[in-house]
Amino acid sequence: MSGVPIGWYLVLAAALFAIGTFGALTRRNGITVFLSIELMLNSVNLALIAYAREVALTFGAAAGLTGQVVVLFVIAVAAAEAAVGLALFIAVYRNRRTIDLDRLNLMRW
Amino acid sequence: MTTGLWLTAAEMGLWIAFLLQVTPVMVWIERRGSALIQDRLGPNRVGPLGLFQSLADALKFIYKEDIVPAVADRSLYLLAPLLALVPSLTTFVVLPFGPDIEIGGETYKLMVVEAETGILLFLALASLGVYSLVMAGYASNNKFSLLGSIRASSQMISYELALGISAITVLLPVGSLRLDEVVLAQQGTWFGFLPQWNLFPQALGFLVFMVAAFAETNRLPFDLPEAESELVAGYHTEYSAMRFALFFMGEYMSMATLSALAATLFLGGWHLPGVSFTYGPWLNALVGFGILAAKILAILLFFVWVRWSFPRFRFDQLLRLGWKVLLPLAILNFVLVGALTVAGVL
Amino acid sequence: MAGTIVFVLAALAAFVSALVVVAHRNPVYSVMSLIVTLLSLAVLFVQLAGHFLAVLLILVYAGAILVLFLFVIMLLNVGTDRRGLAGTRLQRWGAIVGAVLFAAILASLQWGATLDAAPPTEDEVALTPLARALFGDYLLPFEMAGLLLLAAVVAATVIARRTTPEERESR
Repeated sequence: MSGVPIGWYLVLAAALFAIGTFGALTRRNGITVFLSIELMLNSVNLALIAYAREVALTFGAAAGLTGQVVVLFVIAVAAAEAAVGLALFIAVYRNRRTIDLDRLNLMRW
Repeated sequence: MTTGLWLTAAEMGLWIAFLLQVTPVMVWIERRGSALIQDRLGPNRVGPLGLFQSLADALKFIYKEDIVPAVADRSLYLLAPLLALVPSLTTFVVLPFGPDIEIGGETYKLMVVEAETGILLFLALASLGVYSLVMAGYASNNKFSLLGSIRASSQMISYELALGISAITVLLPVGSLRLDEVVLAQQGTWFGFLPQWNLFPQALGFLVFMVAAFAETNRLPFDLPEAESELVAGYHTEYSAMRFALFFMGEYMSMATLSALAATLFLGGWHLPGVSFTYGPWLNALVGFGILAAKILAILLFFVWVRWSFPRFRFDQLLRLGWKVLLPLAILNFVLVGALTVAGVL
Repeated sequence: MAGTIVFVLAALAAFVSALVVVAHRNPVYSVMSLIVTLLSLAVLFVQLAGHFLAVLLILVYAGAILVLFLFVIMLLNVGTDRRGLAGTRLQRWGAIVGAVLFAAILASLQWGATLDAAPPTEDEVALTPLARALFGDYLLPFEMAGLLLLAAVVAATVIARRTTPEERESR
């Protein structure tokens, strides 16, 4: 019983990445932008696992491990980034009382 | 459907039937047990020895008025009690309850899901239980509920670490994440009578695991989030009738599944020295499940005993215990067991 | 056959919940939708022989990181946005950028070169090779990831704490 062509997983990953980009560009709420970025990270995870599977099917199981190890590190880095990013949100909120990205424009020219 | 699929469905049915009747039995045990400890009678009117009290309670819950607060976030308010059942009704799938059985010449394992990741799947599904607390508090639109839910969820995620590390430590000598291997490694006896349970060489791990399990299930001495003298009823203040019963059931069922995990990791699971599993496939499965259920019951009685023996922790004491005492102890245990495993002792 | 059904269901769930994540006005609903997305992705990971990573995704991402998101949302009392997406002109440009990105990624794939995702066999599911790779070839990145997490914990604690009165005085 063969499964679905791996290309379909890549299409889904691309679609999720595009949706995440749309959210990151259009939303005003800082938290939602952050969530869209996390969505993009996870779409990349899906693509990595799909490619790791492809490599494993072509070159043997040992070769497919690299992709899985990379996904592990992506998850770890996403955790670190989420912690620091949310701490930044808290600090910004304390000073500016808002996380509406349109109002956080001190660095604009 | 093939035999394997039928067997999986039967195993799931057995587990779910067991878990669903844990709550009524525990309610009776809790009330009569607490009465025993407090030198009073407890429920004794409804049926002999008050045995039908749970039935009366269930009928009460069904007929009570179901209120949804007008200012509550409706979808999340309705979702939260359902989420309370998710961890307990999904985590039992990796717990083995008997030796391999042979049906029609093929060997089957008595676990619903033979995941290579075993205990990690258990911990992952159990960690989803935080969301019911958070949703209940947020959706109730009530300051007391919100405070109670923040306290409960921060307590839960703090003790998840100690729970996970002490659970993983058990796997170091076994060398596999699968729980059936853990049970197989605990077969046999020392000195002819002492069963080779992980409780004895890894007593520190057992202590850390049990304390973390108490905190995970919001049981005394860690039940500040739902104590009656604090914050009304914590995160389930605004819930009535059947929805409250769902939270109630969820708590007891997750106590049962954590006890099952403790029994599998530390008390030898379905194995008992002296019971040779030679009764044929179906009887083997039932005997194995019976032994596991007896161990689960013993741990649940311990839960009830502790509840009525200790005062509760204040919230800052609770968090300090979790992070500054339990986590270092769990890591110390991990390093010790790791060193002993590498040295070949364990 | 069963594999295709599981893929279609999980992919549909992931797609729809991703749309809810970016479009919903209430950030709490966005977080809950992201949980659904992560669960669907975990199912897809399992289909692709990434069992360990599927469980890790739920354990770490859905079980811890998103709880942190919910805490911050409730702490900062982030309310429902009055208008979810910023304005129709920005929405249109955002959708165009998203669509262009999607098309660009699809165009860069080598069609016809992808195999069928056969369901993983017994020895492909074993965790020992992954563990050996992680603690063997990739030991340095592993330790660096640990250091990175330590740095993140310290950074988050320092950034998010309230300044003490002495610090405020010395400014």
